[in-house]
Amino acid sequence: MPEKRIHLGSGRITPFNLVSGVIIVLGLMITVIRYTGGLAAVTRLSDYNPWGIWIGFDLLVGVALAAGGYVTSAAVYVFGLKRYHSAVRPAVLTGFLGYALVVAALTYDVGRGWRLPYPFLVQQGTTSVLFEVAACVALYLTVLFLEFSPAALEWLGLKRARNLAVKMTMVLTIFGVILSTLHQSSLGSLFLIAPSKLHPLWYSPYLPVYFFVSSITAGLSMVIVEGALSGRYLSHKMDPAHLADKDQVALGFAKAAAFILAGYFAIKVMGISVGNHWNLLSTPYGLWFLLELVGFVALPCFLYAIGVRERNLTIIKTAAVWTVLGIVLNRLNVSLVAFNWHLPAGERYFPHWMEIGLSVFLVTVGILVFRFIALRMPIFYEHPEFEENEKHSYSVDR
Amino acid sequence: MTISRRKFLGWCGVAGLGVARAKPVRSASLQEFAGYPDSLGVLHDTTLCIGCRSCEAACNRVNELPEPAEAFTDLSVFKARRRTSAKTYTVVNRFEAPGSGRKPVFVKKQCNHCLEPACAAACFVGAFQKSKEGPVVYDASVCVGCRYCMIACPFEIPAYEYDNAFTPRVMKCTLCAPRIKDGLLPGCVEACPTEALSFGRRKDLIRMARQRIVSYPDRYVDHIYGEHEMGGTSWLYLSGVPFSHAGMREDLGVTPALAFTSGALSTVPLIASLWPVLLVGIYAVSRRKEKLYETEKASAVEAAMEKTTLKARAELEQALEKARREKDAAIEKEVRKAIKAKSIQPGGEDKDA
Repeated sequence: MPEKRIHLGSGRITPFNLVSGVIIVLGLMITVIRYTGGLAAVTRLSDYNPWGIWIGFDLLVGVALAAGGYVTSAAVYVFGLKRYHSAVRPAVLTGFLGYALVVAALTYDVGRGWRLPYPFLVQQGTTSVLFEVAACVALYLTVLFLEFSPAALEWLGLKRARNLAVKMTMVLTIFGVILSTLHQSSLGSLFLIAPSKLHPLWYSPYLPVYFFVSSITAGLSMVIVEGALSGRYLSHKMDPAHLADKDQVALGFAKAAAFILAGYFAIKVMGISVGNHWNLLSTPYGLWFLLELVGFVALPCFLYAIGVRERNLTIIKTAAVWTVLGIVLNRLNVSLVAFNWHLPAGERYFPHWMEIGLSVFLVTVGILVFRFIALRMPIFYEHPEFEENEKHSYSVDR
Repeated sequence: MTISRRKFLGWCGVAGLGVARAKPVRSASLQEFAGYPDSLGVLHDTTLCIGCRSCEAACNRVNELPEPAEAFTDLSVFKARRRTSAKTYTVVNRFEAPGSGRKPVFVKKQCNHCLEPACAAACFVGAFQKSKEGPVVYDASVCVGCRYCMIACPFEIPAYEYDNAFTPRVMKCTLCAPRIKDGLLPGCVEACPTEALSFGRRKDLIRMARQRIVSYPDRYVDHIYGEHEMGGTSWLYLSGVPFSHAGMREDLGVTPALAFTSGALSTVPLIASLWPVLLVGIYAVSRRKEKLYETEKASAVEAAMEKTTLKARAELEQALEKARREKDAAIEKEVRKAIKAKSIQPGGEDKDA
């Protein structure tokens, strides 16, 4: 226990703090180069490849992996699965930080970051899928901020504001699920406009459905992964209820993930069938597609099912990490690997190290801020002053 | 493959058209937008192009673009296939014609000024507009720089000023919209020495192109590229070789880009209005189940308690009864014992007494 505390303590020199310090310095340097030399100085983007990993990873993967917030709050507040209540705050916090970082990444990626509010304030391009994505992400970031606010307000001791924020839980949850359905799917719809550029195995009129359904599996898996990580490094911050519920959350979410991955697998196969692309499966791109479908959808689905049946948390955690990797693979395939597949090899995109460096920088910032908050605010435990109140508002109001 | 793509595109088109969209041009359910009447365009007859690059030089001049590394008279650039860039709105490429002994084909590439442009459909700030005169014009003053237009463009035309840190713009051919307004020809058309480029009303150009195909069937492939591709473009092309040999994609289909996303976008209001009903419904059902469970639990407990009470009372009564009976029996037994003792030893007892 004390060792873990030292490992995590902020403000102390530990390997973790050293490495993250180096990454932060590197990230700040890349920031300076980006805003003095332009995108050309830090990226390998080209006129053929206008989107790189800052969109493929930071935006597409980032938003998918931040789905834990809406998935968990929907499970607890809408579906009434109260036994997962202790998972809500960590999931909402991750979601909030995830979306905040997505927006941060976008300010680097777009040419003029300070104009990001232009689509709302200056001129609305309502025919654009990106307009919908932008509107939903902006609104959902606000929703997540409000959903997260009770923890911060409890920490600050602002009772009245906190109670007001808690009262909005139900409305915020429903609003959050609507917004998430819309923009998780729309991130897939973004690519519908370019059937001539995306490989037919990945291009499908079902793209929005694929993105939405896989975001649920991403959200469930991320909650399990985060649970495992915080159980290891932040368990001293957890109250007995949280510690007791931890494994139940993992088991329940694993069961849901197994079912949803099976459904996702089915609609992916249906997509091949509808497009009649069976013949493409034997091509190199087809094998890559099969690797994604069998290796990173069917396999984790199977692993989850075994893990649930055997009640084996190690298998479940492995399946969760595997699913998350599968989501990363899928989003990168759609946006980068299978996109522009018709171009000669010399025109294809491969990220500059500084693009990767910035993505790593942003993820590191996310982890550090999560740690900062989790060490101070009531994320893994109920604030003693609000315990009664929480129970009251939770079981009576709702 | 081609057939299935066709089918698929058609399916998308139908899906797109079937839904009334916010954009007025597509809202009339089965009507196709054939372009603004009398809009202008250019016909590029590639069979007349000699690859002199005069159009490139003129384009560079009238648009005040930076001077290129190689002079416009340098024909060695044809060795590599080039594309438009932030510094070049148009390029001419050379393609070797299939079959030996035939002349190479030169094709000029620039923005095709689609009738329903993908870039305009994709732009979330409306920086691209299809003007009634024909040009697709770009407004840098609102552009955020997301580059979704470049993802969307099926002809891979828009380029970006990646090396500009603060005011990067998307760069592409304007069809010389400012010159047209002043009654001038587009720079490239004016410069072309062989009349490979003809400027005019799009519908006149289509008639002219068709006439050429009819008059010289051996010279041309029987297709006007751009008449229907991606819903039609303001630039039209004639070729003596299949267009795929001239570096132009023949698999783009005739569906305008807008139709690919309109189906998905049409679900937005649907989800926004149905999801609250669905979610509140699920919530209500889960609450109702919970309440039912609680009521059932309460009544079950009550029933159980009542049952237990009754049972206990009965048991108590039974026990009391039994006790009473036992007590009576004991008394009787004792009485009997006493009587019996008295009758056996009457004398003794008397003695005691």
